[in-house]
Amino acid sequence: MMVRGIPLNEELLKIEHLTTSFRIADHYYAAVDDVTLTVRENEVLAIVGESGSGKSALAYSIMGLHTRARIEGNIYFNGHDIAHISPSKLNKLRGNELGMIFQDPLSALNPLMIIGTQIEEAILLHKPKLSKKDRTNKAIELLAKVGIPRPEHTYGRYPHELSGGMRQRVVIAIAIANEPKLLIADEPTTALDVTIQLQILELLRMLKEHSKAGIVLITHDLGVVAEMADRVAVMYAGQIVEIADIYTLISNAKHPYTRSLLQSIPTANEAKSKLHVIQGIVPSLQNLPRHGCRFKSRIPWIDDSAHEAEPVMHEISPGHLVRCSCYKHFHFLDPKEGDRHHVIS
Amino acid sequence: MSFLEVNDLKVHFPNRGGIFSRMSPPVKAVDGIHFTMEQGQTYGLVGESGSGKTTTGRAIIGLNTITSGSILFDGKPLAAGGSHRQSAFRRDIQMIFQDPYSSLNPKKRVLDIISEPLRNFEKLSASEEKRQVQQLLEKVGLSPESIYKYPHEFSGGQRQRIGIARAIALKPKLIIADEPVSALDVSVQAQVLNFMQDIQKELNLTYLLISHDLGIIRHMCDQIGIMYKGRYVEQGTTADIFDNPQHIYTKRLISAIPDIDPAKREEKYRFREAVKSEFEQAYGKYFDEDGMAYPLKPISETHFVALPERG
Repeated sequence: MMVRGIPLNEELLKIEHLTTSFRIADHYYAAVDDVTLTVRENEVLAIVGESGSGKSALAYSIMGLHTRARIEGNIYFNGHDIAHISPSKLNKLRGNELGMIFQDPLSALNPLMIIGTQIEEAILLHKPKLSKKDRTNKAIELLAKVGIPRPEHTYGRYPHELSGGMRQRVVIAIAIANEPKLLIADEPTTALDVTIQLQILELLRMLKEHSKAGIVLITHDLGVVAEMADRVAVMYAGQIVEIADIYTLISNAKHPYTRSLLQSIPTANEAKSKLHVIQGIVPSLQNLPRHGCRFKSRIPWIDDSAHEAEPVMHEISPGHLVRCSCYKHFHFLDPKEGDRHHVIS
Repeated sequence: MSFLEVNDLKVHFPNRGGIFSRMSPPVKAVDGIHFTMEQGQTYGLVGESGSGKTTTGRAIIGLNTITSGSILFDGKPLAAGGSHRQSAFRRDIQMIFQDPYSSLNPKKRVLDIISEPLRNFEKLSASEEKRQVQQLLEKVGLSPESIYKYPHEFSGGQRQRIGIARAIALKPKLIIADEPVSALDVSVQAQVLNFMQDIQKELNLTYLLISHDLGIIRHMCDQIGIMYKGRYVEQGTTADIFDNPQHIYTKRLISAIPDIDPAKREEKYRFREAVKSEFEQAYGKYFDEDGMAYPLKPISETHFVALPERG
């Protein structure tokens, strides 16, 4: 199978009907609701959504980091189900074949431990036979690999002595210490300045090309997505509403939510004008409509009959899936608001 | 006469440390900047973290003590330091804060939050105060019944609008907005930015918009100043900065903006490589031996760039 001339690689991660529910009072509420997706080797899958869309809950579910959630469905990593295995087995994968980059590098690092020891810790856990000297060399090598100048010097620094961009590089060094096959990056550049963001994205791209790892990139920034992703899954209220390769998603988005989101970003390419506003607010976890199209209340001018009773994903072209049939009837309320992608292409 | 004039503003923080609290050289957060603003316009201050943009905003409103320089508001100087005698200015200059979660007191009702500036400056009867707060809430698009609610009952965008209602309660002339939308989601961000533009027209407000997001800056601003390590590297109209950037740092900043069109990835990549090597080669030309920017030189009537003296 080929998509746009790119041969498809091995499936690395396969998630089937994943539902992650949290208990509030006496009821369970699904923050991730029936998510199905795959990530291949050497592929960046971006998961986009606003706060409360369930994108981070999904990442934590993959890594098995939820302690009190109810997880249903299957997560296959390299063909093995990792959703229902014991913590000790999962610990053999985490930090080894499964790496994670956290959003806030300051809280992801131990403030009382020097950088070098924190990197060595990850190596020690998975390669206990390595000598102390080899571990130190490996840690310094990793620091050099993530582009830290004078790695021998940084080895003995504490996190507070480094800048935000440098700290995030250290977090990445820990995540890639054991050459993971799959890297999950949860908002890796949100806390950083644009120029630093660019450096970190370039680093991730370089690491991917080098190791052929798959990357799940979780972000709310469509600019970052357009720069990095091969494929994109858009999440709204716990569900994937649209999934497509990046070119299709930017130039030919179908779901009303994706189209509205694209419309609401102020880009540096255009001057003063009104930005698109999505009516209403994202419903809270307890108030989510559990039946019917979840985006319905945000587009009240679209007739009820346009929505499906139980929306499912429709494959409208190979690899391009859209939830609910309302996309066929969707138009912006203000006729002056054309779709941005008509402007681009 | 300009609406707001900042002359050679310096804000230095003393840096005591080591044995016997010896004085180390101070941190020069803002180190000699000039700019002027016109009424009804939006002026953007851009820079990376640590560039001094927030300190500048806080110095204007009186939250940071000015080391030297002057700030003229409507032609009258704002005295250095925050004293109570300046209360007249306090009415005219208000602030919108970055984080709508920590800038509203969780123990106060919306009525008390928004009426706080009114209580400080105007003696209103309880019913009159309530009426005004309700009007303000309507203006920011919230229901007037929400005056007895607490901040936690609102979403992030709604909270930011409560913050805006508080800022406009005294009908100020200048609003300093420090990263007003960076804590919000894109769709909510759009709502707040649109709203800020609407009330600007309605109340003839002047904004000093502090942000690191160049997309937002371009969308909102008439004039832009780019800061680096406490100094200006470039100043001009939005068109000057985005269509004709002159300083190598500005070029680098603009090239780093993510592009929404994935088809331009390769092109963008090559462009960035070119800018990066230009930055490395020309660094010595654009910055002095301490890595600081030179004073601004005019290259057109509106456009100023930090370049060394020639010849």
